Amino acid sequence: MKKLTQHNAPVHEALEKHRLNRVVPFDVPGHKGGRGNEELTEFLGERCLKVDVNSMKPLDNLCHPVSVIKDAQELAAEAFGANSAFFIVNGTTAAVQAMVMSTCKAGDKIIMPRNVHRSAINALVVCGAIPVYINPGVNKELGIPLGMRIEDVKNAIKKHPDAKAILVNNPTYYGICSNLKEIVSLAHENNMKVLVDEAHGTHFYFGEDMPISGMAAGADMAAVSMHKTGGSLTQSSILLCGEAMNEDYVRQVINLTQTTSGSYLLLTSLDITRKNLYLNGKEIFRKTVEFAEYARAEINKLGGYYAFSSELIDNDAVFDFDKTKLSIHTRDIGLAGIEVYDILRDEYGIQIEFGDIGNVLAIISAGDRAFEIERLIGSLSEIKRLYSKDKAGMFDHEYINPEVVLTPQKAFYSEQKSLLLEDSVDQICGEFVMCYPPGIPILAPGERITEDIINYIKYAKDKGCFLTGTQDMNVEHINVVVEVE
Amino acid sequence: MELWFTEQHTKDVNFSIRVEKQLYSSQSDFQKIDIFDTKEFGKILTLDGYIMVTEKDEFIYHDMITHVPMATNPNIKKVLVIGAGDGGTIRELTRYSTIEQIDMVEIDPMVVSACQEYIPQTACKLTDERVHIYYEDGLKFVRTKNNEYDLVIVDSTDPFGPGEGLFTKEFYGNCYNALTEDGILVNQHESTFYDEYVATMQRAHKRIKELFPVVGVYQAHIPTYPSGHWLFGFASKKYDPIKDFHADQWNQLGLITKYYNTDLHVGAFAVPNYVKELLEDVKQ
Repeated sequence: MKKLTQHNAPVHEALEKHRLNRVVPFDVPGHKGGRGNEELTEFLGERCLKVDVNSMKPLDNLCHPVSVIKDAQELAAEAFGANSAFFIVNGTTAAVQAMVMSTCKAGDKIIMPRNVHRSAINALVVCGAIPVYINPGVNKELGIPLGMRIEDVKNAIKKHPDAKAILVNNPTYYGICSNLKEIVSLAHENNMKVLVDEAHGTHFYFGEDMPISGMAAGADMAAVSMHKTGGSLTQSSILLCGEAMNEDYVRQVINLTQTTSGSYLLLTSLDITRKNLYLNGKEIFRKTVEFAEYARAEINKLGGYYAFSSELIDNDAVFDFDKTKLSIHTRDIGLAGIEVYDILRDEYGIQIEFGDIGNVLAIISAGDRAFEIERLIGSLSEIKRLYSKDKAGMFDHEYINPEVVLTPQKAFYSEQKSLLLEDSVDQICGEFVMCYPPGIPILAPGERITEDIINYIKYAKDKGCFLTGTQDMNVEHINVVVEVE
Repeated sequence: MELWFTEQHTKDVNFSIRVEKQLYSSQSDFQKIDIFDTKEFGKILTLDGYIMVTEKDEFIYHDMITHVPMATNPNIKKVLVIGAGDGGTIRELTRYSTIEQIDMVEIDPMVVSACQEYIPQTACKLTDERVHIYYEDGLKFVRTKNNEYDLVIVDSTDPFGPGEGLFTKEFYGNCYNALTEDGILVNQHESTFYDEYVATMQRAHKRIKELFPVVGVYQAHIPTYPSGHWLFGFASKKYDPIKDFHADQWNQLGLITKYYNTDLHVGAFAVPNYVKELLEDVKQ
């Protein structure tokens, strides 16, 4: 058999063959190539529906891959410089959970920065592992959480030598990277695994002059959101494993929660995207950085805004910066990031990734066009001219260090009662509260609720952030743990 | 043999001109540029397959986009023209000796050089010493200007493709900022006859209305543009195109024009009822 290369896309090729074979379908899905659902077919296109098929012999099976999916995953592993790779169709959330659950069992400790995505803490609720939080550094001027300081990692390891793993954001939503290589060597010296959340770091594997990727740094596992900056379909993701991981065990863990009906639309998109990034990634991300750097320079010329970049690097809490990210600090024009986010969408027809208290983030990619970048810059200049106000009284920080009283699992499954937000001071939180995006919990199950935190939640709500996580859809009440004496 | 150029005006309506000869064809960084020689319309310039200029009817468009604001405020000294790579708008402006400076911002240098070579009828005055050509994005250029121009003319392509940014709220806002306190903005305002153009025209009108105290729409009949019925937007910070109209002063200039005259100036602002209704709809 001919050896497969990065020019192949095995799942894509098998689907193409299947499509041309005109096999008569007496299996699911019931829309049967779209004929059973006219309106959907009209909307999504017949080609799309024709390849929305179920696993079958020539197309392999995601739960137990032996042919084309196996081949495609091996090519992905090679492209990412990993020992093995898994296609994930339940979002990077599933990949993060698989990392935690592959390395930690109930009662095991895991070291992580508190500014992780909710998916990591979700995993702790599910598997019962205990978080050891490292306070990320905070940039006072921007009010954003940074990376983990090496000194803090060392201290956490010393205090918790029995921890099983360390989880690292590479990069954070804002584009900030920790000293991953050093963290890997510290962890491995102490028999801990390193898990890297690379939801926003796909391009580290393919672009030039990028911060180091998880696999290149020697990490044990990495969750890579191909759909975020790589170009695959929403919800598709890749889980990478290094040499020290037992890939067969990892597959079992993935199969605990992943669907048995993996979407071939998502799988093919991963396969084709991997091929495209391997072959064209350098050019794609060169163009992305060029757009982002141009926009940053022009936005900084407008005055009032601060589009930050590699000048933040301090070789510690900001070890490196991802220059493809266009994060802009807006507080100096007297507007919360979320307000700028809303004005951009409602008044100027521009949708950006998120706005929080002090910043907005625009995702730049090779799919952007120069005049659209100009529109963004032009709109920001107008927003400054028409909406800017005095910045007095504005909240100046994004991040509040929580006090962890109970493990997330214990708190989540405790008896709980519902209280008005303002009546919940000093109680132990039983659920999540977060702004989405970015999906980093303000409160996680098991954490002490403080006045400061409630003020922050109210301020975020008032400014128009989309708050999620609580059972109360209006986020007016919060479930707290009923403490038994 | 017969060779025809066809532009799709809508999905179900074609507009065709018989072509004698294709003179030029090139793909720039921004668009496909073609120049044809035709019997009926003379030389025609198309961008991405859409007619921009024909020698036969360009005078209508260029008269109306320049003389209406110039007759409203005869003291205009400094003008910014965005787009206008064919040079027709510049040609008309250079006829006013009172204008001291004309800045032209065109994104695509290849359009200018092609027109200079093949359509000198419009491009003939681009070398006038008052004219400064900047090859850059219009939105970017205007963003950096403040209280500088007495008149901004947006001589853009359609609101898709490279001209898309010139129909946006941020662009009109940046233009407002670039204008002096008695500044006027005139823009190519599309057409309302075919349904698919209506929303764009209404959106553009709405955005301009939100920014400028004086806003009007006027019309002209341009045979080679979809439906032949074309609109221009007039917006200003102070001058009303009818109340502040200086007809006598303009007539004394003795400019010879083939389409524009001072009676037509007033009449052009009297738009048909269906256009009025569409503009009214915007207000609500």
